[in-house]
Amino acid sequence: MSALSGGTKTAEKRPSRLRRLWGGFSIILESRVGTIGLCIIVFWVLVAIFAPLLAPRDPLSQDSDAINKGSSEQYLLGTDQLGRDILSRLIFGTRTILVLAPLSVLASVTVGTILGLTAGYFGGLVDEVVMRLLDAIMAFPTILLYLIIIAAIGPSAVNVVIAITFVGTPGIARLVRSLTLDIRTRDYIRAAQTRGEHPLYIMFVEILPNVRGPLIIDALLRVGYAIFAIGTLGFLGLGLPPPTPDWGGMVAEARKFIWTAPLNVLWPILAITSLVVGLNLFADGLREETTRYQ
Amino acid sequence: MRGPREVPILQIEQLAVAYATRHGDVAAVRDVSFEIHRAQTFGIVGESGCGKSTVAFGMVNFLGRNGRITGGRILFQGQDLVKRSELELRKLRGDRIAMVYQDPMQALNPAMTLGDQMAEVLIVHRSMKRSAAMERCKQMLERVYMPDPASVMRRYPHQISGGQQQRIVIAMALLNDPALLIMDEPTTALDVTVEAAVLDLINDLQNEFDTAIMYISHNLGVIARVSDEIGVMYAGEMVERADVKDIFARPSHPYTLGLLRCIPRLDTTKRSTTLQPIRGRVPSPTALPPGCIFEPRCPFARPACSHQPIPMREIQPGHWARCLYAEEILEHKDDLSDDMVNIIIGVAPKTDNGGPILRVKEAKTYYPVASKQIIGGQKQYVKAVDNVSMEAMPGRTLGIVGESGCGKSTLVKTIIGLEKLSGGEIEFMGMDISTPVSKRSEALIKDLQMVFQNPDSTLNPSFSVGYQIARPLRRFKTVPRNQVRDEVIRLLNMMRLGENYYGRLPRQLSGGEKQRVAIARAIAAQPKLVLCDEPVSALDVSVQAAVLNLLLEIQQQLGTTMVFIAHDLSVVRFFCDHLAVMYLGQIAEIGPAEAIYLPPYHPYTEALLSAVPIPDPSAEQKHIRLGGSVPSALNPPTGCRFHTRCPRRAMLPDGGAICEREDPPAQFDTDQHRIYCHIPLEELRKMEAVVTIEKEGPHVG
Repeated sequence: MSALSGGTKTAEKRPSRLRRLWGGFSIILESRVGTIGLCIIVFWVLVAIFAPLLAPRDPLSQDSDAINKGSSEQYLLGTDQLGRDILSRLIFGTRTILVLAPLSVLASVTVGTILGLTAGYFGGLVDEVVMRLLDAIMAFPTILLYLIIIAAIGPSAVNVVIAITFVGTPGIARLVRSLTLDIRTRDYIRAAQTRGEHPLYIMFVEILPNVRGPLIIDALLRVGYAIFAIGTLGFLGLGLPPPTPDWGGMVAEARKFIWTAPLNVLWPILAITSLVVGLNLFADGLREETTRYQ
Repeated sequence: MRGPREVPILQIEQLAVAYATRHGDVAAVRDVSFEIHRAQTFGIVGESGCGKSTVAFGMVNFLGRNGRITGGRILFQGQDLVKRSELELRKLRGDRIAMVYQDPMQALNPAMTLGDQMAEVLIVHRSMKRSAAMERCKQMLERVYMPDPASVMRRYPHQISGGQQQRIVIAMALLNDPALLIMDEPTTALDVTVEAAVLDLINDLQNEFDTAIMYISHNLGVIARVSDEIGVMYAGEMVERADVKDIFARPSHPYTLGLLRCIPRLDTTKRSTTLQPIRGRVPSPTALPPGCIFEPRCPFARPACSHQPIPMREIQPGHWARCLYAEEILEHKDDLSDDMVNIIIGVAPKTDNGGPILRVKEAKTYYPVASKQIIGGQKQYVKAVDNVSMEAMPGRTLGIVGESGCGKSTLVKTIIGLEKLSGGEIEFMGMDISTPVSKRSEALIKDLQMVFQNPDSTLNPSFSVGYQIARPLRRFKTVPRNQVRDEVIRLLNMMRLGENYYGRLPRQLSGGEKQRVAIARAIAAQPKLVLCDEPVSALDVSVQAAVLNLLLEIQQQLGTTMVFIAHDLSVVRFFCDHLAVMYLGQIAEIGPAEAIYLPPYHPYTEALLSAVPIPDPSAEQKHIRLGGSVPSALNPPTGCRFHTRCPRRAMLPDGGAICEREDPPAQFDTDQHRIYCHIPLEELRKMEAVVTIEKEGPHVG
């Protein structure tokens, strides 16, 4: 807090870029919920970065003597049906999910923002055409859409990203469009128009920075959905091809042995849930704190 | 008027209210004392954030979760309201205190008919039968002069106008026969002619119902019209309290004097008077000065002022002021503080080659309305601007006044090219500019710039002040690229903001500062014509004066032509050289500003002038009130558009039948002064002046 109030009062000199970044960031620490969420996210990010150091063994190496074994000194969380260490697979699975989920959200935010800005700013026929097309996508049940896309282009990491981008874009476009419709009527947009600014300048320089806040929060929530989606695709066997460690795939495989090794299902589920909850808490905290300052 | 021993309806003693924030308690109101008697109106006036609404909310304990009363007593009919349980309070308050707020739409339930929601008050509070309650509601509506009450009661809130809505809210407040009526800016959202009628109503009711009224407003003119006694609030404290006549004739606190000197009045123009803004800004409630709260801004401050808080003291019987030197203030009224510049505009600068810089010829701006029928159906248009012709002379200011919906904003947006012209012509420096802005040449765009109304949305919240002022400089290459920063700083200095504002973000600025930045942005590329769409109407009066002065200075220095829209007739009178009065998309009267304010008047101008609240209780004003409400622009009246409400129609033979049939002709009083009316000029010339102000105000120096 002190950093913030100090920032506004001594505004004679603009604080350095780093300080401003920290100022914006420290907002989140004001909220307990946000801080908890942040801690969970940071935990998983660190796990992903230091996966080779943290993982006790190779996630792909099989031990035919230990199949579907429970927790032991050798295998902390037990082993799966091929005798692979579940803990190591979970740790390496973090890498996959933390690369694919943000990547797919980034892609859908980019496409969705461009479409939403265009539809919202120009309105009229452009708006009708763009939004009706996106509505058509939204009309499909999500799972069905994933199935169709993956079935058409085949399962691979890149295709998972493409599928999630495709499904996520309409929602983001709708959000950006509605924000744009509101901002379009503000006087500073009129001022830009009376300066004869190019529509692209108005859209990307005058409007975009002002939709940033809600967009970031929405994107964070969407990272959570994307993690679910990757999990779902993995579970359906449409995710990453084996033997890549993948949380969703792990659930799918362990499901078959749910009576013999029930805990094997639990671990990847816990991992997915905690990461998604962390992201949601973080997004909530961010929303709470940023709206308070407006 | 009243017995001295009578118990006041409301007696407030040293009230203090604080809000809990994450920085600790913030004292929003401190040491406020006053009393209101039966059939008396106490007006509280002050600028935004001075705590006037907090006082009202404190009274009924609507302070929200984080607000509480930290000291003092509130005696309502002799009983203390502070420190009682919620239940006791509710019983005591019961239906004896009623409130009327600024926005009537928030007080009315949009899903219930007006009759039902009015009757509900009686059915719940008085256990009346429905039929009896309805009957009483109808009577009450008649008493607030609601035309056709029976049919109004069957309607929903959105089906009646804002003025009528406020009448309903007032009627509802009176249904329980309250002892105290608290009105918080009840007319602020209304147009001036409607406001005048509501204020009349409030004055009548007070006499009829014997109610004590606490009236809160930021508008000195409104307060002067309704109040018996006035309290002036500043930064959470009451700084002066006296009888209405006394306070306007002998303001004894520097802040009151400052307020009176910074508002333009109907008899002041830029050629006769300088507006004197109050320097500095209101201190934040978290960082109050140790001594007198007004000391940092006071032109008369002396060392003793900053030692300790100043108590309220009675300088004359019934006249209280919170100033150590209250008795001397009036003597010193002409000592200007050094940082104020005198900008009385002497003689108008000679204009070369005489022709107008902007010529609008029979301009029309129509908005198509989607037909309700799916197939066929006639296309309908909202005629926002219909056949408007006017000229702006170079280096002068053309003012456009009118009530909301008269098309003044649309006209300006059409000139600048934000709206499409549906017919007619607009010429700027001899060039045709009937095209929208996207089809205009760069040079033309540069020469026409605009200042907008709302200070909160005029600047992009994501960019620094410096960037936003620099943008037109870069875009139009007004100065070489390496000098942009210096030029921005020069502009900031010209706006009296200073270099340290360069890196600030809009949210760190006050409303007045934002508007100055917006003006700097508009004039950065050195345009020939600046269109100002109500640039000061959202600002507090002391800030408004500073912005008006700034615009005058700019015009003096750069010779910029301005088109200035406002709904405040005192402001345009002060600021403009020429004036156009608009009604429902058309011009009613146009001419030199001084000619507009004197007979001959267009009947609409006459009604507008008689409705303006004048901050001077001794001013005399003719009493003309318009009936009905402004007709829809979708289906405007035939002939003269004003004929449905015109109070002067009877001056014509057979009740003005011609007004319904034919468009009014332009009658030329002088070659510059046109009045669009069927009534012959000789008749119009016989009208008396609407306003007479004695030339002895404290601020007519």
